Amino acid sequence: MSDPRTTPDSASRRRFLAAGSVMVGFTLLPGARTLAQTTTTEAGTFAASAPSLPGSLKIAPMLDAWVKIDETSRITVFTGKAELGTGIRTAFMQIAAEQLGVTPEHITLITADTDATPDEGYTAGSHSTADSGTAIANATAQVRALLLDAAASRLNVDVASLTTHNGEVIANDGRRLKFGEAVSGVDLHRNAQPGVPTQDPKTFTVIGQSFHRVDIPGKVSGAPCYVQDLKLPGMVHARVVRPPSYGATLQSVDVAPIRTMPGVIAVVQDGSYLAVVADDEWRAILAMRALSEAAQWQSGPPLPAQATIHDTLRKLPAQEIPVANTIGAAAPAVQTLHARFGKPYLTHGSIGPSCAVAWLNDGQMTVWTHTQGVFPMRKGMAEMLSMPPERVRCIHVEGSGCYGHNGADDVAADAALIARAVPGKPVRVQWMREQEHTWEPYGPAMSSDVTASLDANGQIVDWKYEVWSNTHNNRIENAGRFMPTWFLSKPFTPAPPKPIPMPEGGGDRNSIPLYRVPNLYVQHHFLPDMPIRVSAMRSLGAYHNIFSIESFIDELALAAHADPVAFRLRHLDDPRARAVIERAAQRFGWPHRADSGPPSRGVGFAFAMYKNLMAYCALAVEVSVERETGYVTIERVSSAIDCGQIVNPDGVRNQVEGGIVQSASWTLFEATTFDEHNITSFDWSSYPILRFSSVPKLLDVELIDRPGTPFLGVGEASQGPMSAALANAIANATGQRYRDLPLSPERLREALRV
Amino acid sequence: MMTLVVNGVPHQLDIDPSTPLLYALRNQLGLHGAKYGCGLGQCGACTVIVGDQPVFSCLLAVAAVGTRAVRTIEGLGSAENPSKLQQAFIDKQAAQCGYCIAGMVMRAQALLERVPSPTDEQIRTHMEPNLCRCGTHTRILAAIRDARQPA
Repeated sequence: MSDPRTTPDSASRRRFLAAGSVMVGFTLLPGARTLAQTTTTEAGTFAASAPSLPGSLKIAPMLDAWVKIDETSRITVFTGKAELGTGIRTAFMQIAAEQLGVTPEHITLITADTDATPDEGYTAGSHSTADSGTAIANATAQVRALLLDAAASRLNVDVASLTTHNGEVIANDGRRLKFGEAVSGVDLHRNAQPGVPTQDPKTFTVIGQSFHRVDIPGKVSGAPCYVQDLKLPGMVHARVVRPPSYGATLQSVDVAPIRTMPGVIAVVQDGSYLAVVADDEWRAILAMRALSEAAQWQSGPPLPAQATIHDTLRKLPAQEIPVANTIGAAAPAVQTLHARFGKPYLTHGSIGPSCAVAWLNDGQMTVWTHTQGVFPMRKGMAEMLSMPPERVRCIHVEGSGCYGHNGADDVAADAALIARAVPGKPVRVQWMREQEHTWEPYGPAMSSDVTASLDANGQIVDWKYEVWSNTHNNRIENAGRFMPTWFLSKPFTPAPPKPIPMPEGGGDRNSIPLYRVPNLYVQHHFLPDMPIRVSAMRSLGAYHNIFSIESFIDELALAAHADPVAFRLRHLDDPRARAVIERAAQRFGWPHRADSGPPSRGVGFAFAMYKNLMAYCALAVEVSVERETGYVTIERVSSAIDCGQIVNPDGVRNQVEGGIVQSASWTLFEATTFDEHNITSFDWSSYPILRFSSVPKLLDVELIDRPGTPFLGVGEASQGPMSAALANAIANATGQRYRDLPLSPERLREALRV
Repeated sequence: MMTLVVNGVPHQLDIDPSTPLLYALRNQLGLHGAKYGCGLGQCGACTVIVGDQPVFSCLLAVAAVGTRAVRTIEGLGSAENPSKLQQAFIDKQAAQCGYCIAGMVMRAQALLERVPSPTDEQIRTHMEPNLCRCGTHTRILAAIRDARQPA
């Protein structure tokens, strides 16, 4: 096979893929589970067999699950997380290199593979560095200590006299042992120990440096880097034909003419499930089109009206989740404000439609996938295929950017279902653009009500917040969570949606303001019934809740005749929260009075601590609004971020910049649309996103490093604050407050005309 | 049989002449840089240079290429020996997932060949047809600015 990897580990990756079962059989969850604790985060529900260990060592405590060193000194590090384009591959190599005392090029990193790596659930929720990075840091530090101990006895010297450098243990008399020599006789198949120190952050030379990402040279030169580029010997191409709407059923189809089309190898029909297989990708597409023409469908139940979707959602039966309810002493209220906020369904919209390759060979199903969770996928696939899980292997290969639960899992199910129909042949399936846009599980529409009162001094005395939301987690718990299984002659039923518990939360993520509020009531109306298929999208409910809270804080500040930044600061105690706000404000030159128009100029500020337990982010924006067109130009953005110990400063900067731009796109342009029968936002014309002309003219990010503090994750920290900062800036520019997303040119134009 | 000249090398192709250039490049010629994004000319992930113009290879049938030379990102340079523009993308770390990047580089390359010292505004306008979803735009613009000749 041609290997999609071009990173320095490509050789070893090939070896692992070729060797197949080489990595099978080492125990990830050994023996005693008597102390097992169960925890649920966005990454999944885990039984922690070693709860006293840091990061993902809790769930996979064996050192050799994370790091191996062979006699030739080759160092292989394993993570159950997947590279989704955020740069964790490079960051994890840096973390391991730092602890082992080598340069990152010495590290071969193996990412999510059910036959090779620990089961860390999903790569989601900005957990990767905190969970897996922490595990790798501690595992490699403990392995280094074992190497030093072994070398000390081999060289008959005191362990304290030994150092490591560039893959060697060095004694102070100048004698050296390569890691490969030191490791012989050391059994790394042992439990990590709690309380073992890692390297002193003061000595770091690799962590904290902006190493270039190892994957970028390949990506800018057209090397095969993605699952879309994977090519196996004898590989065939498949395309699926989807029904026109969610509940539609196949009435009739004549597949005979399709079978005779050039290159067609098979037409797969199983109930209402339709697919074609051909020897060539373009031929598969032509056959798909013909099959689509030939299929007659009975449409499913109607979709609710888009114009009144928030009212529809609010009337659905709710599972009530009390989030916060505290009562405290406060001065009397002198004024009370109320507001309602709304967010539409959003499309993940990766630039590359979802793709997978599956191969049923000798009773073994192998799936190459850009899923966020190879282990949950294997479980779902085993059920879908009625195969034992050990006969299913799921290997992560990079795809187009992820941004949450998109079509990756479904297309892998497509590939496996089709591969089962043509055993022995590797099958590559890629969705068409309109399939991706109309069948992915969207980011849920949300609605919220907020009421708060101010005392005579302009301090908040009470705050009541209610949020209505579908689930933000329809990930693969069973076969029925794979959308393609709904259309099989023996369909599978999706596991019922469950809320993600606080403190991380789903629809209620970031629903508690971080501000000092003596009387606080927060309620989550969790709506199990989904009129539109939804699941996890980057930052989950935090985007909407931060939009609501940070917009409303500005409304309160205005009512209190206070500067919005000063108003935030006087309600905040956490010094790290205050620091990002002060740094962003200073960088921006806040308070700043925007020029009077036209076009109308305005400034806005917002802040959040992601999940109230991860990265702190504050930002200020200046916009101009063209009243005639409703078009918003982002003149500049200044931001500050504190995500704990920074592994790769430029990587953090890239994530924050990307989050700001992506959020600007969601906030100013995006809404998934639908009519009575169909999703109608089926391409980039009907679902416009931000293009170069709307990119902020200036965008800067200040990093606040906190050496020695935990990694906090950074991929989802800026999206929430950016939405509210934009809303606040537009309100400042126009004198009107907009609470329904998106703040699109059409909406603004309409409203400003009145 | 058709002849397609790609990156200076002539190739004989025996395929349906209506096949979009994108699929011929990726599947028949094994050049994976150009990506399928929409098949509609709306995102630019498939951008290559035909003659001296950036084109959506997902929309252009191989039969319509004629004798014009096709250039793809593989023809600019490699990971080991990147071109000036590719090096600028590396220096600026102008990628996250990178799926759009080959198209971005090729569209920018076409501009720099025609206008060696474009203004910031010319760059922005020229890049408008190409979409990035990760939000890497400011780095892409910075990389192109880095690769232009001093005015």
